[in-house]
Amino acid sequence: MTGRVRLLVLAVGGIGLAVLFALAAFRLPGFGGTVHPYGQRTLPNALAHHTPNVISSINFDQRALDTLGEELILMASALATVLVLRTVRAEQEESAGEHAYGAAQVFDALRITGYLLLPITLMTGVYIVAHGYLSPGGGFQGGVVLGSAIHLVYLAGDYPALARIRPIPMFETGEALAAGAFVVLALWFAGQVKAMNAVVGLEVGCAFVLALAKFFEQALLVRKDS
Amino acid sequence: MSHLPYLIPGWILLVGIYGIVTSRNLVHAVVCLSVAQSATYVLLLTVGYQKKATAPVFSDIKPTRNVVDPLVQAMTLTDIVVGATVTALLLALTVQVAKRRGTVDPDELRSLEP
Repeated sequence: MTGRVRLLVLAVGGIGLAVLFALAAFRLPGFGGTVHPYGQRTLPNALAHHTPNVISSINFDQRALDTLGEELILMASALATVLVLRTVRAEQEESAGEHAYGAAQVFDALRITGYLLLPITLMTGVYIVAHGYLSPGGGFQGGVVLGSAIHLVYLAGDYPALARIRPIPMFETGEALAAGAFVVLALWFAGQVKAMNAVVGLEVGCAFVLALAKFFEQALLVRKDS
Repeated sequence: MSHLPYLIPGWILLVGIYGIVTSRNLVHAVVCLSVAQSATYVLLLTVGYQKKATAPVFSDIKPTRNVVDPLVQAMTLTDIVVGATVTALLLALTVQVAKRRGTVDPDELRSLEP
């Protein structure tokens, strides 16, 4: 298929989609209106269970079974990323020390900023996870903050140090345990918003660290056997 | 005229699809898929919006206060998480394609093996 034919097919499909979408959009209730039947039904339930953050209440209490599915997609996706990026036989992994990715290659200001931000970011992540049932935040958001926090060490130019504080087997175990704990919580103890927030935060953080670790390995350490 | 905001997600979706179709680089295609997917975030938030309402977090407002629809916001959160992990997986596949085939141009990746 040449570029022109492809654009023609896109134009036909795109115009069809645009027309149908516009027709559907103009049948919706007006923008900013007061009719939200599903949302209004969730509010009394959230307040009755003392979860001021209604979104956390929906995710981990009222629709916990849906979140279970999402959680498993997250785990499967992280697992697949790790699997796809594993070192194949024709490649060799160099040990982290062989390269000169030492601390000397970055500016002092960047290094100090990285080391200073590390504890603050970790603290922010824990706060967002732990306070997620009260204020905006929760396990998913906090987990991402936690997972990216330790990569500030890489930003500070110290890849060997990052490899030391990030033992992959531990994060793999953490990921699996957190996913298992979430399944148990969602199926048998639904409504434990705080516990579920913590478990999700752990799992998202571990998944994030694992996926990023594999990308780092690909970028920094893998050499093809010649 | 009150329905015009609903058209924005459709426009974002079409822009993303156009980017995927005309893409010359798999990384670019993955980013375009993220753009197309962000249309769903905008659509969900537009559907849940309510005038003169605030965020659905009751830790510092009265329970009688009007809030925007929390259900679609929870669905947006789900959507973002799934989108981020799928993007990571697609980028991992791109890394392997680049290593195996030496190119990330979709037009040069017609056959399954060189």
